[in-house]
Amino acid sequence: MERSVIKVAAWGLPLLLGAVAATPAAADELSDLRHDMQQMKQQYDGELQRLQKDYESKLQQMERRLKAAEDKAEAAQKAAAAQQQPTVAPPPPAVAAIPESQIAAPEPQIAAPQPPSAPPIAAGPGGTPSSAGAFNPAIGAVLEGQATSQSRNPNTYRLPGFALGDSAGPLPRGLSINESEINLNANVDQALYGNLTLAFEPDNTVGVEEGFIQSTSLPYGLTLRGGRFFSGVGYLNEQHAHTWDFADQALPYQAFLNTQYDDDGVQLRWLAPTSRFLEFGAEAFRGAAFPAGGDDNHNDGVGAWSGFVHTGDDIGDSVSYRVGLSYLHTAAKNRATDDVDGSGARVTDIFSGTDNTYIADGVFKWAPNGNFVERYLKLQGEFFLRQEQGAFNGVNFSGTTQTGFYAQGVYQFMPQWRLGLRYDQVHATSLGPGFAGTTLDNLASTPRRYSAMVDYSTSEFGRFRLQYENDHSRPQTAHEFILQYIVSIGAHGAHQY
Amino acid sequence: MILRRSSLAFAVITAVALSTPAHAALNVFACEPEWGALSTELGGSDVDVFAATTARQDPHQIQARPALISRLRNADVVVCTGAELEIGWMPVLLRQSSNGKVQPGSPGYFEATQQVRLLQVPTRLDRAEGDVHPQGNPHVQTDPRYMRVIAAALAKRFAELDPGHAAAYARRAKAFDDKLGQAIQRWQAQAAPLKGVNAVIYHKDWVYLFAWLGINEVATIEPKPGVPPGGAYLAQLLDEVPKRQAKLIVYAAYQDPRAPDFIADKTHIAAVMLPFTVGGSDAAKDLFGLYDDTIKRLLVGLGGNGG
Repeated sequence: MERSVIKVAAWGLPLLLGAVAATPAAADELSDLRHDMQQMKQQYDGELQRLQKDYESKLQQMERRLKAAEDKAEAAQKAAAAQQQPTVAPPPPAVAAIPESQIAAPEPQIAAPQPPSAPPIAAGPGGTPSSAGAFNPAIGAVLEGQATSQSRNPNTYRLPGFALGDSAGPLPRGLSINESEINLNANVDQALYGNLTLAFEPDNTVGVEEGFIQSTSLPYGLTLRGGRFFSGVGYLNEQHAHTWDFADQALPYQAFLNTQYDDDGVQLRWLAPTSRFLEFGAEAFRGAAFPAGGDDNHNDGVGAWSGFVHTGDDIGDSVSYRVGLSYLHTAAKNRATDDVDGSGARVTDIFSGTDNTYIADGVFKWAPNGNFVERYLKLQGEFFLRQEQGAFNGVNFSGTTQTGFYAQGVYQFMPQWRLGLRYDQVHATSLGPGFAGTTLDNLASTPRRYSAMVDYSTSEFGRFRLQYENDHSRPQTAHEFILQYIVSIGAHGAHQY
Repeated sequence: MILRRSSLAFAVITAVALSTPAHAALNVFACEPEWGALSTELGGSDVDVFAATTARQDPHQIQARPALISRLRNADVVVCTGAELEIGWMPVLLRQSSNGKVQPGSPGYFEATQQVRLLQVPTRLDRAEGDVHPQGNPHVQTDPRYMRVIAAALAKRFAELDPGHAAAYARRAKAFDDKLGQAIQRWQAQAAPLKGVNAVIYHKDWVYLFAWLGINEVATIEPKPGVPPGGAYLAQLLDEVPKRQAKLIVYAAYQDPRAPDFIADKTHIAAVMLPFTVGGSDAAKDLFGLYDDTIKRLLVGLGGNGG
């Protein structure tokens, strides 16, 4: 660059001097000369730019080749090292320190390229070739399977006092896979985020478990979401099955929400600008999921709605917690459920009516100094209250109250190993002799279970779990053992609290 | 009824207003303590710094706690290590924070590892290799020369976000750089006996520190990054460590000292706990204390005079 400036000057200066030395009358000549000079300068600049581009591209080529050669050499070295020393971790190839002058990541090159003195040690950003796949969303899959041994037939399961959705009830006997999930997610653009979770069921059907878009840049702490998603009510409702601490869902979730309330709708959340976590949410749903469902005749398109508030904070470095209150209103019209009734017979029950479900939830985590690697304790519990009214198989009833709760604790006593205990129960108030022998007959019982589990994680992506259940939720006590695996491959999103 | 509702709304609004943090020029959310300390060096009273984690916590494994969501909601700038160190918790926090200012790609999102050239960029990406970081080893804060480069970039970013105090950020950046530059000379002189020393490490936390001081890493206590050692592996390591002529066993404040102590006990090689970040030891109160104490502890471990 400098040299070419000098050249221009060397050409230009005598010309200019000559022009000045000529008679002042030769003004035309002077302007001609100026014009010529301008042209020459433009030519020069053009030529310079071309050279610069050429130079740059050659340099980049050289850098790429150099990188490729380095990578090859390193790989060869590694392979050789691995062959020589099959024992404990071979000493890694010595990492060449980056000279101090080259610590900084390379700036995008605006100025003319420097002469290639020392080659850069690490390729800077921009070194990777572009490809059509570069904008692929994060893709991950979750695989689950189990072996169970049960003292009573899961196909005759019933929960006295409750009509159940299709996902509630024990796992199948013997060896089986659980649903396999595929998740794709990415930012759509500067304003939106999209997330799709497909669930491949063991019976070879595929379902959209979640498929929603969400705002990323609304002001005032607002987030708007639309599509199909797990409702934000309660604590466990939003958690995907592979993050549960037990192999199956707690009884109140099974009885009241068919394990999780998952429906098509919209959600608005507002995060208060406080240093303590305080979040409010409201949702409107199609009303297609249990305990709603049935005829698709909700004129305004809303068959369920909810509101919730969550708050939480840290207590010192070691303790954190979150508590919440939620309300879910659902309406069903001719909702059909396959149940086992009070007499033990298989029936299809038809329900039309409304449910008002209230949930209080709390979770508390402790780890020494907040370091979850070695040891931690997680305590959680939720309390449910549901008021149901309507017509059950054509018989009207009003204002039955059902309650349920679970309380569980999980303790990681050393890295990779955890122990967990859970108690869960539900209870339906008696509807009187009019419902004796039906599915809603509570058989004067309070269904409850005692569960214990131990799990071992091969890493944060793989887990094996053994669970025992002492199940008093059905009319006769059952014992159940579950051996389960859960793994996740590919991109795996961070877990919620 | 209406009255009751409006008084409830009033109570909520008042509660929210009262608990809103006092307004400083820039609310900094630092993912790790070293970036909190650096932000304080550069921002002084013009910033309000919140560190999301402590030196006793493994930055790879942090819970996406409610308190972090609300802190992120109110942040003007996020200062993280990057290179996927926080992949297990920051993405979900960022999404839940409803804060457009600090999303990746916006000026309010700063990753230290984006400012420097990383070492140990893996040539093979496979989870069978353990917890590998595709962009390279993220633990850059262990080399003060990296800290210098990152500090200059961060000061620039602060000035961009808060132009009213640009001069103050530039002034503090200059003072910090001068002080750190001098300290680096001193540390390099002190650390001369460490050059060429072989060390066993717990996790691949130390590549930048070792590259700076000329220490050789000869074995890791974790069989693969992020995988805790089993008994059989530790037994093998006991055989291997003397053969590799290791003089030090190095682990971080957040790591379980039992395995390093076990090996130290059996092989009579000193196990040295290093602060790893600000707050990791009593002496590591700020960045200067961090490097001072790191070198001091290494020298003590080597049986030197400890500076």
